[in-house]
Amino acid sequence: MSERIISYREAINEALRLEMARDETVILMGEDVTGAPHSDEPDHLDAWGGVFGVTKGLVQEFGRERVRDTPITESGFMGAGVGAAATGLRPVVELMFIGFMGVCLDQVVNQAAKMRYMFGGKAKIPLTVRTTIGAGFRAAAQHSDSIYSIFVHFPGLKVVAPATPADAKGLFAAAIRDDDPVIFCENKILLDTKGPVPEGEYVIPLGKADIKREGKDVTIVAISNMVNVALKAAEQMARNGDGISAEVVDLRSLSPLDEETVLASIKKTGRLVVVDEDNPRCSVATDIATLAATQAIEYLNGPVRLVTAPHTPVPFSPALEDFYVPTPARVVNAVRETMI
Amino acid sequence: MDINHDKLLWMYKTMRSIRAFEDQLHTDFAAGKIPGFVHLYAGEEAVATGVCANLTDRDYITSTHRGHGHCIAKGVDIKEMMAEIHGKATGACKGKGGSMHIADVNKGMLGANGIVGGGPPLACGAGLTAKLKGTDQVTVCFFGDGASNQGTTMEGLNLAGVWKLPVIFVCENNGYAETTSPQYSVSGQDIAARARGFGMPSVAIDGLDVLAIHEAVREAVSRARRGDGPTFIEAQTYRYYGHFEGDTVKYRDKDEEEQYRSRDCLLRFRGVVLEHGLLTQAELDAIDADVKKTIAEAVAFADSSPLPDTKEILTDVYVSFPEKEMWPFQAAPA
Repeated sequence: MSERIISYREAINEALRLEMARDETVILMGEDVTGAPHSDEPDHLDAWGGVFGVTKGLVQEFGRERVRDTPITESGFMGAGVGAAATGLRPVVELMFIGFMGVCLDQVVNQAAKMRYMFGGKAKIPLTVRTTIGAGFRAAAQHSDSIYSIFVHFPGLKVVAPATPADAKGLFAAAIRDDDPVIFCENKILLDTKGPVPEGEYVIPLGKADIKREGKDVTIVAISNMVNVALKAAEQMARNGDGISAEVVDLRSLSPLDEETVLASIKKTGRLVVVDEDNPRCSVATDIATLAATQAIEYLNGPVRLVTAPHTPVPFSPALEDFYVPTPARVVNAVRETMI
Repeated sequence: MDINHDKLLWMYKTMRSIRAFEDQLHTDFAAGKIPGFVHLYAGEEAVATGVCANLTDRDYITSTHRGHGHCIAKGVDIKEMMAEIHGKATGACKGKGGSMHIADVNKGMLGANGIVGGGPPLACGAGLTAKLKGTDQVTVCFFGDGASNQGTTMEGLNLAGVWKLPVIFVCENNGYAETTSPQYSVSGQDIAARARGFGMPSVAIDGLDVLAIHEAVREAVSRARRGDGPTFIEAQTYRYYGHFEGDTVKYRDKDEEEQYRSRDCLLRFRGVVLEHGLLTQAELDAIDADVKKTIAEAVAFADSSPLPDTKEILTDVYVSFPEKEMWPFQAAPA
């Protein structure tokens, strides 16, 4: 399969375009996914293509019926996505920021997530919610969350958070094709990052972690952009002559979780650090620590360490926000603490 | 009257079935036979019946916590409903949903819903599917006077209006949201008027008159089927029992209850069809007998059905998911 270098943004756009071409029941809706839906002016067409330009160019190819701007009405269009999914469409709903889940949570957790179970398996909800996560844009507390953990908590939902352009393409295609509701978390800070991405159809099964760097002394489990932070820490440790060889496990899929890959790595290295930009309580990070404690404690040669955001909202001031997000230096320190 | 004989028979049978089903539950709940909560629809039968008389199995409805009447009117199997309410494996949802979540997607019944105002956005989604697939299916969204104050209802009305969706909003104003009258909770005191603000036709009608409801909804359904968008109907009705079974109903007067019972939708329908010679006493009596038998069979079916196997707890959460992750961090109990 031939590859070229494209951005994370382009990779998601490509996956969506391919899936919409492949299956006419796939539709996209959300706020300003094209922009200026009131206007027939050719200059206004696709004015935004999504607030981050991820869906640019789709309306020209698939039309306004399938690429559908919504009013600012998150409960309304999230619920419409659920209802459409229950009746035969395969909707992709764009929720601009994951913090906006606060507006439409009922439709996600009480309707989408529980419907199949409540109905005794007589419904399926093939809904994909695209949303953005990540701090670093000086966007303050309501536009910078990485609160994917709360969706991992809910039975009935699947949660995905890719770190690379190739993973973004392959996992997004899988999310759309999946017959369960999937929360697909795009990291804003990764949108312009580039990498090799296979051309044409490319699907990565949900529930498979990926070892982004092999090592033998410590396992660093990371999510989304924290994979890059972990990789930098691993490189520093290799370069600095600490004599520490770190293995970086990119979870990619948070629910389902690839327990085998995580446990195999812990059993190999005997040490565990988890790096997560989400808030730390009841989180994916604590889940991984629980996994180690319940299923691999006899393999651990030191304490488990978490490197996460604090138990605070995301602050605005650059001085505070930069202090909020985990850094390679903090990861290196945490790794050293596992060596005690 | 522009309504055929079979449909009149169907209307009477449907209303009688709902009444008998709910009266049976009222008795069985008091006897301690029913687990959990039930919210009974008795008194409101004309609404579900008059509405669903205009629909086919291909049309959709969304429902409420008081959903038994909607289910029966939309054709959900009565035996499976009864078994579901008894928590049995043979229930419409295998005993996993109970009274508040009975659904049958194949019959276009998208579920009773335990969230007040949960339905309007879902109804818009079903309407969107019909619109994008180019079918003539319509979706009816049932909700109550309580839900008329929920933001999701306003959002659903707006979205249906903006996208001209084939959705009919039917507000069952039964006079009480739990214990609270719309006189206290509905600013402006006019629920139907709210919908006009969203640019759709909206009427308030007598919700105890099944023929009037049928007529209003027929017009709304043809509007929706020809692509002319949503309609709002406020049906003014009354529930005979409390909010849920076990409610002591200390928030309304006996006189009021008696007054509504004297205008009962079934009595009224019998009076009209007999007076105009549309149905005979014998036909009505035969339906009464038939319904009595159906309900007795449904109770016997529920009573004799097995409870769900505990293994069923882990199924139907997802279409696909690793089984061992369904009970993580521990060995699943035997």
